[in-house]
Amino acid sequence: MDKYSVFSARLIEQTEYLTSGHRACQGCAEVLAVRLVLKALGRDTIVAMSTGCMEIISSPLPLTSWKLPWIHNAFENSAAVISGCESGMKAMMRKGKLPAKKINFTAMGGDGATADIGMGALSGALERGHDMVYVCYDNEAYMNTGIQRSSSTPYGASTTTSPAGKASMGQHTQKKNMTQVAVAHNIPYVATACPSFPFDLIDKVKRAAEMPGPAYVHIMSVCPTGWRIPPEDAIRYGRLAVDSCMFPLYEVVNGKYRLTYRPNPIIPIRDYLSGQGRYRHLTEPDIEKINDMVGREYQRIVKMSDEV
Amino acid sequence: MSTVRRGVEVSIAMADAVAQADVDVIAAYPITPQTHIVEHLADIVAEGELDAEFVPVESEHSAMSVCCGSSAVGARTFTSTSSQGLALMSEIFFIAAAMRFPIVMALANRSLSSPLSIWNDHTDVMMVRDAGWIHIFVENGQEAYDSIFYAFRIAEDPQVMLPVAINLDGFILTHMVEPVVYEDNDLIKKYIPEFKMKNTLHPDHPVSMGCFAMPEIYTETQMSREAGVVNSYPVILKAWEEWGGLTGRHYKPVETHRVEDAEYCIVTMGSFGETAMEVADQLREEGEKIGVVKIRLWRPFPFEELRKAVLGKKYLIVIDRAISFGGPGGPLALEIRSALYNKKGAPSIVNYVAGLAGRDVSRKDFRDIILEGKKKAASDDTDGFILYGLRG
Repeated sequence: MDKYSVFSARLIEQTEYLTSGHRACQGCAEVLAVRLVLKALGRDTIVAMSTGCMEIISSPLPLTSWKLPWIHNAFENSAAVISGCESGMKAMMRKGKLPAKKINFTAMGGDGATADIGMGALSGALERGHDMVYVCYDNEAYMNTGIQRSSSTPYGASTTTSPAGKASMGQHTQKKNMTQVAVAHNIPYVATACPSFPFDLIDKVKRAAEMPGPAYVHIMSVCPTGWRIPPEDAIRYGRLAVDSCMFPLYEVVNGKYRLTYRPNPIIPIRDYLSGQGRYRHLTEPDIEKINDMVGREYQRIVKMSDEV
Repeated sequence: MSTVRRGVEVSIAMADAVAQADVDVIAAYPITPQTHIVEHLADIVAEGELDAEFVPVESEHSAMSVCCGSSAVGARTFTSTSSQGLALMSEIFFIAAAMRFPIVMALANRSLSSPLSIWNDHTDVMMVRDAGWIHIFVENGQEAYDSIFYAFRIAEDPQVMLPVAINLDGFILTHMVEPVVYEDNDLIKKYIPEFKMKNTLHPDHPVSMGCFAMPEIYTETQMSREAGVVNSYPVILKAWEEWGGLTGRHYKPVETHRVEDAEYCIVTMGSFGETAMEVADQLREEGEKIGVVKIRLWRPFPFEELRKAVLGKKYLIVIDRAISFGGPGGPLALEIRSALYNKKGAPSIVNYVAGLAGRDVSRKDFRDIILEGKKKAASDDTDGFILYGLRG
């Protein structure tokens, strides 16, 4: 991102591959992320999408928001479906049944589809080495079904299945670190991104698509509905997540870490947590604990990054 | 048309047929007794004899998902599974039919756990009976080999565009060495030319596949599926007719053996048919006027052919290889009872369930079932089913 000294919306690709008129909630940062990802990928792309918010809001039969070839099959299998698309086209191009062409095979899913139900399919596809990009839109719970906790829900967040109460502080487990799970597959490219940092996001998705072999991009996608924040604050909370180190922006290229953005100054974690309805029950010790957890993970990435 | 018979394991013959069909993608996960089919295909691909992508997936769920993906881009796609594998992939098995992907599957029929058993019966396929696939049962090695070609021919017909499952009894067929006539590639190419799918995923002509439906339109999508399966019927007949013309081997939705002058019939599906015919021939010599009816086409169900074959007979003895727990009988008997209900000349029907999880059903067993079944059919006690050979 450092190479962009000027931030201008006009520098972003003008073509829209996801049309307006879809049914996303007001202030949905996830659909913004999808839009930016598609702009980064461009025309020659095939998208396989998991069941979830983005699928539901964009494809009510007989309508569609998709101007790219798009397939939805089931909840947990978008990585497997796209690996099928890739294999099929690879074979047909080799056999002369289709003209050869570079196509960006892209699978997309939410955090539930990625970190929970679809992790086996994703792991399998990454391990097999298909030329594909997997994009996880992480809004930190099952928002489509009504804000139930996933393994990607952060410590302390209150959801409808990890509610805060007299005997509970909400989600009491740590957020599964899917980015690190992807890194453990030794694939060529892994990155984190957030639509509040659009140039960084576009840059990374482009690199993910250009690298031969599998790539994984984990996108923090603020969900005003599920996080219980005003819709107009979605972009701001994305920035707060990154600036508080709650969600560090980095990439891992062939095993080498690089922080693509170093918050300066790092804002207090409290500034990120306060104002979000899902965290409003947290006590001082809870916030301290979260602060420690976040700090440790950020320092680990800084260290890995500095080693290069 | 070839006449040279070679001794070959049925799984190998099927895999060879898949290679001759020039498939583009094979995605499969190992499960007994399907393994020999996909192992041999992996070999063929590794030796460069077939130019295809062999996708060694991490589960059957992903096997069928990969098949959906490759089929969506227009690639000719094959997979094979059994039992628990089918159960695990069942979610996507339904979706594959609903999304009209012309995938061909060799389904090596095997019992479902628990208790765990690797042996043959039909409980796996009956679980997905209503998925909207075309289901065909084969009963010997030659039929298994031939089935791959007509399966692709039927599946890829623009009027059909549905997945086809070739059901073959696990071990009893998959692991048998049988005499099989191989056809040459020119004949196969003529019979199943290169597949050109109409709507595929491609950046040059974007389409959306697998949209969700509100109640206002869901019903219509299901009617379209029903019409698709029903309308496949004449296409199946034509595919078999043409195959018969090319090879001299003719197939029918309902196969009959000595039925014309029979007083009563035994009805089977799958490899049971071979033994049933032998026993029927013996019993004929002893004066029993018995015929054999074999259901080859399970979906779409051949109502008319079945009725034509059995209306007017006195008794039917239907042998199932699966139980519908708490239901009125095995799935095959259920179907036959409802196909004949209220029809003039409907025979009295008794239902046996036999050969569960590979328990051998010998010629003697068939003989006992037929003679006992005939008596039972003549009585007024024909409800439910008899679990043949139950110990204790």
